Amino acid sequence: MSISKETLLHSYRSMKTIREFEERVHAEIMNGQIPGFTHLYTGQEANAVAVCAHLDESDTIISTHRGHGHCIAKGADVSGMMKELFGSSDGLCKGKGGSMHVADIDKGILGANGIVAGGPPISVGSALAAKIRKNGKVAVSFSGDGSVNQGTCFEAMNMAVVLQVPAVFVIENNYYSEHTHIDYAVGCNDLKARTEAFGFPVFVADGADFFAVHEAAGKAIAHARAGNGPAGVFAEQGRYHGHFVGDPQAYRGEGELDDLRENHDPLKVFRQHMATSGDLSEAELDAIDAEVMAEIEQSVVDAKAAARPTPEQVTADVYIQYGANGVRGTYHA
Amino acid sequence: MPEKTMRDAINEALHQAMEQDESVFVIGEDVAGCNGSAGDVGSVGGVFGVTTGIYNRWPDRCVDTPISESAIVGAAAGAALVGMRPVAEIMFADFIGVCMDQIVNQMAKFRYMFGGKSRCPAVIRFSAGGGFSAAGQHSQAMYQVMTSFPGLKVVVPSNAYDAKGLLLTAIQDDDPVLFFEPKVLYQETAEVPDEMYTIPFGQANFVREGDDVTVVAFGQMVPKAAAAIDALAAEGISCDLIDPRTTSPLDENAILESVQATGRLVVVDEAPPRCGLTADIAGLAADRAFSSLTAPIKQVCAPHSPTPFSPELEAAYLPDADKITAAIKATLA
Repeated sequence: MSISKETLLHSYRSMKTIREFEERVHAEIMNGQIPGFTHLYTGQEANAVAVCAHLDESDTIISTHRGHGHCIAKGADVSGMMKELFGSSDGLCKGKGGSMHVADIDKGILGANGIVAGGPPISVGSALAAKIRKNGKVAVSFSGDGSVNQGTCFEAMNMAVVLQVPAVFVIENNYYSEHTHIDYAVGCNDLKARTEAFGFPVFVADGADFFAVHEAAGKAIAHARAGNGPAGVFAEQGRYHGHFVGDPQAYRGEGELDDLRENHDPLKVFRQHMATSGDLSEAELDAIDAEVMAEIEQSVVDAKAAARPTPEQVTADVYIQYGANGVRGTYHA
Repeated sequence: MPEKTMRDAINEALHQAMEQDESVFVIGEDVAGCNGSAGDVGSVGGVFGVTTGIYNRWPDRCVDTPISESAIVGAAAGAALVGMRPVAEIMFADFIGVCMDQIVNQMAKFRYMFGGKSRCPAVIRFSAGGGFSAAGQHSQAMYQVMTSFPGLKVVVPSNAYDAKGLLLTAIQDDDPVLFFEPKVLYQETAEVPDEMYTIPFGQANFVREGDDVTVVAFGQMVPKAAAAIDALAAEGISCDLIDPRTTSPLDENAILESVQATGRLVVVDEAPPRCGLTADIAGLAADRAFSSLTAPIKQVCAPHSPTPFSPELEAAYLPDADKITAAIKATLA
């Protein structure tokens, strides 16, 4: 599948944005600037970006506790996200959600999610809406190798087949469900076969390689969009950081992290592809790097200066505020 | 007597129960940790380190699981039904949302539905409550919800000493026990004997004794209430501070006798107000000690809202010493 130059530029920019966003968030957490529990996506950038390259704004995604990358790839406002992580009332979720609950419904982002496998059933609902409306939209759920062992994940996969809805299950195997390795936590030795046994095709890709994930996700999403029911994408790629920021990572083998950063870096792999194909020049990529670094720096400056929430905001947005005449607000389509 | 953190006190209780009784075992996500990895298996001991060292001594009785909360609770319930004494860990009390059926419809009701012919001596431990900027899906108390289900015993320790004694009681108890550990208290210390001891369920602790107002507080609210009461002593106000320690069974007599003596009641909990413990205790006093009351009962609790992420919002959300002080003074006005 040939990829337009515009898509290549946009995709590299997205991957670089995720990388710099996450590394900066890590630094700010270590400085004590960002509260709460934070899970970083560094190293897995190609998955989110290559999947979202096939989506438009009205397709939906639902994410996980490791959600920053998915949200950025789907077009969430980076400055709004940074403000959210800092707990500002100007944040994307007004400081109510934080890292684990970044969402932007208008961009088709149904939220990061603090509950492992909380997302897949909700994504089936979005897919069901697309089927009923016959609008050609797809609903993508991102899950990890941990979430595929939850009953909710099994139920969502089976129901998506039963209902023949355009749900795409993207399973990102980063090898560890928190501190436990997939070789222990998944009982069968062929997760692809186990997933396909639900009754839909699963396309496998090297999660360090944007182009491989792009091809696999393209097949899965085309399958679902064409009305053939759900499909799956499997991408293997380790995360560079711990389960959460502060995790001592006692589960890592000797040299494992060095190997990941050295030999399985989606940004390096992308640049290697470009050096071979000549589709984008080094100067074009370097220019993107510089722009992204400036954007992330500005987002942190803005987040630190952003408005802080006030106590009366605690009880705002628990329910919809109806107008004085009792008229409902308009529902976003 | 040695000072220990609540984390260490619970850990010690688990070790001693494992030593004493071979039917006791620990099960949950990362309770050993790093299983299947190239790293150091057994080095995690749960995400808060509460089960540290158990795997190293009893690898067969420290069972790591996939991320599968329903199956964890179900497995504990099933093992208990055939005579084991499992102590399961659900990482965050919020994840009760995932395993509610196994707790509420299964283990809670076995004995009653089976005509008194079964026993289910399972303990389910949870980290619980707010204070970590962990937002809506990792901050809930949940014990107030579970207290409403007959068949379950519900424990909420407020200090390391009680935590050890109550957990040892829980493990010996032949009914299912839910044990909620306020996670902001894990690092708090108290004098804790090295030897085993038990604290009976349904026996409240009088943390302070006074004449003017009865204050009932739960979990992490107990030290906050104690701080408020100690400061009020300078103004000549003295209060009973009652920590029920178990919400089911509840030491109704301790509360009623205190209210009959003081004529005033303030009830403090971190959960939202509707159908919660503050309303429950207020209802008890209104029903059974109405003629003793000389002032309206005051409830200090969170507002009817999910837990917000931003630190300022969470500080406004959770009850604190100032709010408790204001409520005590309101009963004296």
